Amino acid sequence: MTDTSGLTAERCIELLDAREVSCRELVTAYLDRIDREDPGLHAFLRTRREAALAEADGFDRDGRTGLQGVPIALKDILCTKGEETTAGSRILAGHVPIYDGGCVSRVKAAGLVSLGKTNMDEFAMGSSTENSAFGVTRNPWDTDRVPGGSSGGSSAAVAAGFAPLALGTDTGGSIRQPAALCGVVGMKPTYGAVSRYGLIAFASSLDQIGPFALTVRDCALLLQVICGKDECDATSVELPEPIAVPDAQDLRGVRIGVPSALLEQGIEPGVRDAFDAGIRSAQGLGAEVVEVALPHAGYALPAYYLIAPAEASANLSRFDGVRYGLRCEEDGDTIIDMYGRTRAEGFGAEVKRRIMLGTYALSAGYYDAYYGMAQKVRTRIRDDFQTAFGACDLIAMPTSPTVAFRIGERVGDPWAMYASDVLTVPVNLAGLPGISLPCGLSEGLPVGFQLVGPAFAENRILSAAHALEGALGFDPRPPAAAEARA
Amino acid sequence: MAISDADVLHVARLARLRLDPEDVGRMREELSTILGHVQELSKLDLGDVAPTAHALDVSNSVRPDAARPSWPRDDVLRQAPDPADGGFRVPPTA
Repeated sequence: MTDTSGLTAERCIELLDAREVSCRELVTAYLDRIDREDPGLHAFLRTRREAALAEADGFDRDGRTGLQGVPIALKDILCTKGEETTAGSRILAGHVPIYDGGCVSRVKAAGLVSLGKTNMDEFAMGSSTENSAFGVTRNPWDTDRVPGGSSGGSSAAVAAGFAPLALGTDTGGSIRQPAALCGVVGMKPTYGAVSRYGLIAFASSLDQIGPFALTVRDCALLLQVICGKDECDATSVELPEPIAVPDAQDLRGVRIGVPSALLEQGIEPGVRDAFDAGIRSAQGLGAEVVEVALPHAGYALPAYYLIAPAEASANLSRFDGVRYGLRCEEDGDTIIDMYGRTRAEGFGAEVKRRIMLGTYALSAGYYDAYYGMAQKVRTRIRDDFQTAFGACDLIAMPTSPTVAFRIGERVGDPWAMYASDVLTVPVNLAGLPGISLPCGLSEGLPVGFQLVGPAFAENRILSAAHALEGALGFDPRPPAAAEARA
Repeated sequence: MAISDADVLHVARLARLRLDPEDVGRMREELSTILGHVQELSKLDLGDVAPTAHALDVSNSVRPDAARPSWPRDDVLRQAPDPADGGFRVPPTA
């Protein structure tokens, strides 16, 4: 049946509504493509063919509407009742949650059909998906390169035509950066817009769930499903206005701020060129481009690498071999010995590094000098954005300073890996919404264009991104898939 | 910011993380490098700045204090590495 490469969720709905395909045929087409091509990419940790087909058959039998029957892929950090959820960690291998996360419940209630769980950096700590305990994921545009991370399985799945929609999580860029590196659209909503209940926690003041899709409109469709208050997450809120599926064709009256000083260093020339072309497209659509300053954004990365590991060191204390997951124990061990052995065996190198860093930053004598200082920098960064949004409606930056890098290239240098997120981390620290959409190619690899808005300005971002997407006309199909179709 | 092997071992003990002796030096180097980058922050004058713990302007979100069932004990214990007598069995605490 249908070639799923480049197939949008909106088009899936049209095909289903017109009864050109059944839900079973649609779900089968995606699962068959995964079976055929995912051995070369490893976007999925697990698929659920039988369960997905049973759900599809239900819609074929009983009728359907809206997003019902449209496939989706879920990052393996989202708890799924009765279905293994590992967060990419050996310490949770085989773990079967007893409940669905809030976001997963909403996806199920909307009738989206989960095809399976996607690969990720262990506990979402990483920018390349190389930190998964279950093997790397490869970039569909060039299989020698990383898909970005931590939600690299979800971004690769959407780029490769394995699912029209996917969910990821973004603590410091983990949706936007892999979206950029795989040439798809990814959005981090405002902190609080989506329930974190049943999201295995990394850094609770920063974590946020969000969508991947091939188009901005598809992102909006999925946001409509997942946004909203959940009584199981006290930090979740109701959006001030419902998410609208955008139809703007131009950017007249929109002021876009560019923080030029922040972009002076460290951006690959090809990325800069594609970003500048995106800015010219925005101007061509009628946007007014203004200069803005984010004087403290350059300090976001070091502040983030105190705050996020500090929160992680507390959150990951729950993995101790007592209530769930791995336990490693030898004869004569005390409980303290068992904790240490279990965590040594269960956690990978990057997770251990961050637990150590966070524990150090929170330990007696260092708290004010590190964690306290980082929280003050966080205030400065929030204030910078607030000031900037006095002069513009949206801020534009490249999403990642580079295109997808080679597998193994940054593994030995943690700070070089962390630098992938230099332009996404400030947005998390300020709790703001941001989208990445593909704006062109550099060296044959996708470049991401990031639009950031004030808190709860999701609709403003979606509207501008949709208009820009139309003008850019990016073909999201990786070359291999595009050639096969031609 | 240089840290010592003793610092690394102290923090590992706080974090309940057993480190192999051959890993201590590497961890010391990596943490020292990262903390070196973090020192960048000390250039800023932050004297009168209030800290931000959380970006959202929400505090004390409460729900009605209504009783509701907990998770079934058997379901919870099914995930445990060593369930016993309706609880979690652990090695001796001392």
